[in-house]
Amino acid sequence: MAEGVGGLGLYGRLVGQSVRVQLQYRWSFLLMAFGNMVTSGVEVIGIWALFDRFGSLGAWRLAEVAFLYGLVNAAFAVAEALARGFDVFGKEFVKTGTFDRVLLRPRSTVLQLAGHEFQLQRVGRFLQGAAVLAWAIWMLPIDWQLWKVALLAFAFVGAAVFFYGLFIAQAALSFWTTESLEIMNTLTYGGTETAQYPLAIYRPWFRRFFTYVVPLGCVTYFPAVAIFGIDDPLGTGRVFQVLAPASGFVFLIMALGFWRLGIRHYTSTGS
Amino acid sequence: MKPYLAIVAARFQMLLQYRAAAFAGFATQLFWGLIKVMVFVAFFASTSAEQPMSLSQVLVYIWLGQALLALLPWNVDPEIAGHVRSGAVAYELLRPLDLYAFWFARTFAFRAAPTLLRMVPMVLFAYLGLPLIGLGDWALPLPADGAATGLFALSLAATLVLSTAVTMVLHISLMWTISGEGFNRLMPGIVPLFSGLVVPLPLFPDWLQPLLFWQPFKGLADVPFRIYSGHIDAGDALLEIALQIGWCAMIVAFGLWLLNRAGRRVVVQGG
Repeated sequence: MAEGVGGLGLYGRLVGQSVRVQLQYRWSFLLMAFGNMVTSGVEVIGIWALFDRFGSLGAWRLAEVAFLYGLVNAAFAVAEALARGFDVFGKEFVKTGTFDRVLLRPRSTVLQLAGHEFQLQRVGRFLQGAAVLAWAIWMLPIDWQLWKVALLAFAFVGAAVFFYGLFIAQAALSFWTTESLEIMNTLTYGGTETAQYPLAIYRPWFRRFFTYVVPLGCVTYFPAVAIFGIDDPLGTGRVFQVLAPASGFVFLIMALGFWRLGIRHYTSTGS
Repeated sequence: MKPYLAIVAARFQMLLQYRAAAFAGFATQLFWGLIKVMVFVAFFASTSAEQPMSLSQVLVYIWLGQALLALLPWNVDPEIAGHVRSGAVAYELLRPLDLYAFWFARTFAFRAAPTLLRMVPMVLFAYLGLPLIGLGDWALPLPADGAATGLFALSLAATLVLSTAVTMVLHISLMWTISGEGFNRLMPGIVPLFSGLVVPLPLFPDWLQPLLFWQPFKGLADVPFRIYSGHIDAGDALLEIALQIGWCAMIVAFGLWLLNRAGRRVVVQGG
């Protein structure tokens, strides 16, 4: 039966199945989505309180920080919902030896893990981030032209793809360490925390790390500066800012390379 | 008393086995602390107006917050949750021990052991390590004076009891919800916000201060941290500690009442 199904079709089936399962427990789903919304939403209250107290963050205003916050959180929620298989990979696949079974199936490992579970409850964080982004767009005096709309979409997809790459890199690391490392949380959850403020407020070494090593700033901060239509205090040019989100895709390709390297290194725990 | 002390000792020994997790946690919290410091340094740099807290008092707040993160009552002991779900709680009820005291001892260890393990390296690094790597401006300051040190220790002890008492309410509530959904899901949002971990409570708008004063969660972080930095002076500190103890008594009483009601209607999952 599966013979006629292409990779994308199979992925669609896996996701559809996962969604149907979760909707069987309607109340449970609603509560989890609501909890997800509240726990990620307290950060907004924190940002609001700080701006209420200090007035501004250097030259940055609340609406600009809200824009960054909304963009990074909505994109992260999408990646988190789709990358569950990679997120729990160390604990549920490598440590238990279940990955052997995945290797035996005649489909790519990435496809199978991507379709492992679609976490519908992340819609809570997504809606919360999208609402903050919408409010920021409403407040900011942006001169919306077609290229800016396209750039926002490019940045959003670039950021989601970037975070997806992080989850894959985290999973690939557990080929060596067996357990998932909590240390990667600094880049996933810590990354969302970092990117909700303008990159310009951080120290140079920190900025360089999040531009060249882990290109988080390229998928959020730089395109945002171009959309705001302001001069970047870090001195980058418009062309760079507009093209920067492409680095999210480059990062994903590198993470997939790392994943393949990991599979070659994989030895089953045998249990 | 003896069986309860033995429970605390045994749980400590078990939880102290997870040293790798503790190291990863340390690195994560250090990173998180650095982001927070940079954000606050930038906020303080953008205003010359007098603030309700100095930057150095905020530094105390940030680093102690990172050091004591494991103390916050935002999750449940997976073993106790497992007992409730599997029905093993029936055996617990048969033991010749008071169930509240028995679980309280376990919960106390569940909160205290990981905290102790993470607190020591974090405090040492924030105080000694940061100056060594050239970030002395961001280091954890010493306690305000001798009196502040003693009162801080006293307040921290009350924090530990308070956190255990709140976690107990979460544990007992599992007897109703089984899966731990419902309001337990909101704790990771509510606790950091109202304890001051998201933004130090004195920095919230002035009109919110009365509300923030009369709520129990400030005793989980805000009170001991501000006593340490001298933001609360010695005279007021005694009042604040008395309030902490008062909240402890109320929440323990609530937990006992809840457990009593749960015991009357407990249904053991069969099999």
